[in-house]
Amino acid sequence: MIQLSNISKIFNGGTHNAKTVIKGLNLNIEKNDFVTIIGSNGAGKTTLFNLISGNMFPTNGTVSVGDKDVTDDAEYKRAKYIGRIFQDPLLGTASTMTLEDNMMITYKKGFKWLKISLNRKKRSFFKKELLQLNMGLENRLKENVSLLSGGQRQALTLLMTVLSKPEIILLDEHTAALDPRNASIVMDLTAKFIEQHSLTTMMITHNMQHAIDYGNRLLMMDGGEVIIDVKGEKKKQLTVEKLIAMFNDIRKKDFENDEVLLA
Amino acid sequence: MLEGIFVEGLIYGIMALGVFFTFRILDFPDLTVDGSFPMGAVIMAVCLENNMGIFLGTILAFSGGVLAGFVTAAIHNKLKVPHLLAGILTMTMLYSINIRILSNRANLPLMNVKNVMSFIAEKTEGIISEEYAYLIFFILIVLLIKLLLDIFFHTDMGLIFGALGDNQQMVVNQGISPDTMKMIGVGLSNGLVALSGAFAAQYLGFADVNLGQGIVISGLASVMLGEFLIKSNKISILTLRVILGAILYKAIMYLGRFYGYHINMTPNDLKLISGLLVIVSLFIANYKKIKGRSS
Ligand SMILES: Nc1ncnc2c1ncn2[C@@H]1O[C@H](COP(=O)(O)OP(=O)(O)OP(=O)(O)O)[C@@H](O)[C@H]1O
Ligand SMILES: [Mg+2]
Repeated sequence: MIQLSNISKIFNGGTHNAKTVIKGLNLNIEKNDFVTIIGSNGAGKTTLFNLISGNMFPTNGTVSVGDKDVTDDAEYKRAKYIGRIFQDPLLGTASTMTLEDNMMITYKKGFKWLKISLNRKKRSFFKKELLQLNMGLENRLKENVSLLSGGQRQALTLLMTVLSKPEIILLDEHTAALDPRNASIVMDLTAKFIEQHSLTTMMITHNMQHAIDYGNRLLMMDGGEVIIDVKGEKKKQLTVEKLIAMFNDIRKKDFENDEVLLA
Repeated sequence: MLEGIFVEGLIYGIMALGVFFTFRILDFPDLTVDGSFPMGAVIMAVCLENNMGIFLGTILAFSGGVLAGFVTAAIHNKLKVPHLLAGILTMTMLYSINIRILSNRANLPLMNVKNVMSFIAEKTEGIISEEYAYLIFFILIVLLIKLLLDIFFHTDMGLIFGALGDNQQMVVNQGISPDTMKMIGVGLSNGLVALSGAFAAQYLGFADVNLGQGIVISGLASVMLGEFLIKSNKISILTLRVILGAILYKAIMYLGRFYGYHINMTPNDLKLISGLLVIVSLFIANYKKIKGRSS
């Protein structure tokens, strides 16, 4: 589904500030995969998403989706099949517009013409869908989104993203800005929607337990590389302790190698 | 006299609707307006001078404005130039272009050619007075434009403009190019501005390439005055208050022009007043925001 071949990303290339943030990364995500991604701050997780979504272009390497090379496609073009949710709940919705306007905007992807699609039928459809969030939003269609709480906004963004029928969704710590209760509500909804619509998903999280509990594949990134990649049965047996042990193991080995080199 | 204020307010209200579109909906502060307003005026004037008819003149004036808007948006999109600079560039170039449109003249009187004002007066002669005929005509025209805009903002495309000004990432996420939307939006806005210029020239009885000087500030002042009148998040109310704001603005200018001498004001001070109106509006809006936050 998504194929990254030999991707690297260097910021400020050619200057003395040059910084390699992604290092020769190869990754192949299958259709219907639900991949969780963990890694320390600055590991390159968000950059990876930026490269997939077309928000940034790689310094080297190619990005393909399906069988198509999309390396040079603009972000808005790739957005037709990619749904992306950010950590900041403000980025998913237009706050000065009503709930129903927001839902209408994201209902269908692609260029819009001079047609009025928001009618009674659509409204009752939106209401029905909002019921799934269990937040009482179905009665607030005419209110501005700015009046919603962060958790409500993020849940709405999630629903809107799913309704727009993307093939892939990228979730970048989408519950990190929420309080624990709302975070767990939004996480439950996420899992439910992914299951219901069999979405191909990549989810960045700082919550190791979530990374283990959800999805069928786990990646750990560090220094712009994928250092741990666990799938299927092996992933089911993961625990936080095992994960930490694996990390220490790999990084210690590197360290020893370096010592060997220096010696 | 009072009808005059209303008629002027309505005519400039069309321009203010254009300014509202860019400044408020698109969040694209567009200064092209100072050039596209006189552009509408001179295109209309030349059409009337050449007996091309009021209707064709109106269409061409609107189209000229749309083109001017396209240029500004294209400069902004392609060269990654900030909104303000892109607008100033177009506005500056338009000054020369407008003189060219007038065949190297800076102004053109319209007193002796058939125009929309003489047309209305002719059609209603003996039924109602000229002043009322103008007033009714412009109320109808402005209501029609307002209604079309309201419908436009309810279409799927119209909604995207709201999102664009609010959260560009959201528009990108929908698979829509913000650049294309800006072209359409800034184009339409300047089309309205030029339309307003075309009517203004006929109302004033002349077209002048300097007609647009500072007009964007008067449009902005109208928009802000309107915002003090009514609070709402409904587009039909938002467009209504722009028009009311424009009429109120004209009333204030009228007071300044006719009673200002009491405090030693001259008509030359009116631009100063326009600017101060905007500054005071900004000040009050900021003060309200701060108060709203602390309470
Ligand atoms: N536009 C940019 N210009 C220069 N450096 C950048 C840019 N964007 C990201 N970086 C750098 O790239 C590195 C990786 O950043 P990235 O945002 O991908 O990390 P992350 O894994 O998402 O971290 P976090 O968990 O904190 O979100 C960081 O060192 C960051 O400072
Ligand atoms: Mg990040």
